[in-house]
Amino acid sequence: MAVLSIGIFYYMDLQLKNITHSYGEIDVLGNIDLTVNGGEIVCIVGPSGCGKSTLLRLIGGLERPVSGEVLLLGEPPKESLNPLTYIFQDFALLPWRTVEGNVSLALEDHSISKLESREIINDVLSRTHLSDFRKALPRQLSGGMKQRVAIARALAVRPAVMLMDEPLSALDSQTRELLMDDLIDLWMRESFTAVYVTHNLHEAVRFGHRIVVLSRRPGRVREVVKIDRPLGDRGDANADLEEVQQHLWSLMRDEARAADRELLHG
Amino acid sequence: MVNDRARPVPFRGGGFKHKPAVAVSLLVFVVLILFWEVGSRTGFISNLVLPAPSEAFTALLQLIETDMLWKHLSASLQRLILGWTFGTLFGVCVGLLIGLFSIVRAGLSPLVSAIFAIPKIAMLPLFIIWFGIGEGSKVATILFGTFFPTVIATYGGVDNVDRTLIRMGQSFGLSWLSIVRKIIIPGALPAILSGFRISASIGIILLVAAEMIGAEFGIGAYILLAGSLMATDQLIAGVSILSLMGLTMAWLIGKAENYFLKWRM
Ligand SMILES: Nc1ncnc2c1ncn2[C@@H]1O[C@H](COP(=O)(O)OP(=O)(O)OP(=O)(O)O)[C@@H](O)[C@H]1O
Ligand SMILES: [Mg+2]
Repeated sequence: MAVLSIGIFYYMDLQLKNITHSYGEIDVLGNIDLTVNGGEIVCIVGPSGCGKSTLLRLIGGLERPVSGEVLLLGEPPKESLNPLTYIFQDFALLPWRTVEGNVSLALEDHSISKLESREIINDVLSRTHLSDFRKALPRQLSGGMKQRVAIARALAVRPAVMLMDEPLSALDSQTRELLMDDLIDLWMRESFTAVYVTHNLHEAVRFGHRIVVLSRRPGRVREVVKIDRPLGDRGDANADLEEVQQHLWSLMRDEARAADRELLHG
Repeated sequence: MVNDRARPVPFRGGGFKHKPAVAVSLLVFVVLILFWEVGSRTGFISNLVLPAPSEAFTALLQLIETDMLWKHLSASLQRLILGWTFGTLFGVCVGLLIGLFSIVRAGLSPLVSAIFAIPKIAMLPLFIIWFGIGEGSKVATILFGTFFPTVIATYGGVDNVDRTLIRMGQSFGLSWLSIVRKIIIPGALPAILSGFRISASIGIILLVAAEMIGAEFGIGAYILLAGSLMATDQLIAGVSILSLMGLTMAWLIGKAENYFLKWRM
């Protein structure tokens, strides 16, 4: 498949072919087919426990699917140190390392010079507005800042695809809004490919080019909703976005209700 | 008027939080010693039961004047430092191996649990046969005694390292060695250091026990001799030296914790 060429680097397509996964007796994912194009943000929504996080782990190679395969199309760009890079819900920062040290952790195993790594760290810290906090320890930071450190760390390895598992859900709603703006800013300046898992439909319609709705467990693709409005133009209340969100919610509500009933009746 | 009835909200958030109060610690200590001294002088505390603190202090001075203190202390410290250092060093290594490799865990962890439960003092006669009546058996007792709790503390610490951090390391493509060095060992360090605290006091207990069998010098030997002569003043002097040793070790480990675990405070 053709790699998109808008003149910006780190593009890679991702293809999921008929992914099925189960843990022992429990089927978690069924027949997932999905293509993520370079430069595109795909949001994944679905009721709790439908296998969203599992899907993300399969995409990033942290787990192997029972059947099916995840394919990377095209060579990962040479500049990319870690093509598939995660941003975790709980930040996953090393508490004994400073902001700077946490970012440098991702670079230390690669053969890059000290100078170059210092430049990368400076660059990503300024892009995430953390330059003043480079010597701070994670416990001294607010939740939003911690997640920005995690974003800086992810940017440092120049990922081809960002895998984000509810990156904002550990944060309060104001911080969430601000960080969402930051993410959109980052993407506008330099579009990256991302798979973004969330249970927040508002986030999904703000940030996704396409939104994949998964059914209750075992998660299958229930519907894929495409939003054409450009990311930069989604700020204030938009009737069409409202409508999409309503539509997503009606899909989700049915699934969530059904999932609840299943839990109650075994 | 409403304001007439205004009164401050009573504060009830206090307590349950420790403030350092060195003065109180010292005061309790001084009062206790004074009470003891006065009790002994007035005959309220019989000299047969407990010598006065001043007598114990005189015994201590005597020990210093006759240059015996250094002889006993250096013999003891040498055994303790050798035994504890190697015991904890091997303990941390084996603990890491058990924590990291399933095969090692399957093979060694039942064995460790089984041997951990044996009081090492019971093994002393065996150690004497294996390592001789001299220094070898004493060091070995301390070494074995501190080895097992360190192993258990270390692999418990490794088990408790946050899995999401390890996952994070893997997701950034860190090598196995990097994950161990930069994530697992620092993450297990709090548990390892608190294991050191326990093994330090076990070390002192075993030191005394080992020195009570066939040692010419050492605080344990000194106490044993004092006991068999019913020289309770010397006995108390010896015991307070031990207690000082324990305090010093706890203080050193506290320093190490402050240094290595700065990020926690
Ligand atoms: N390692 C595992 N072993 C066994 N079962 C697991 C494991 N990981 C997840 N599961 C199960 O798989 C199902 C899907 O889990 P997953 O975490 O992917 O859901 P999710 O969609 O991310 O849910 P949430 O919205 O709550 O984050 C759940 O029922 C969960 O209990
Ligand atoms: Mg999840």
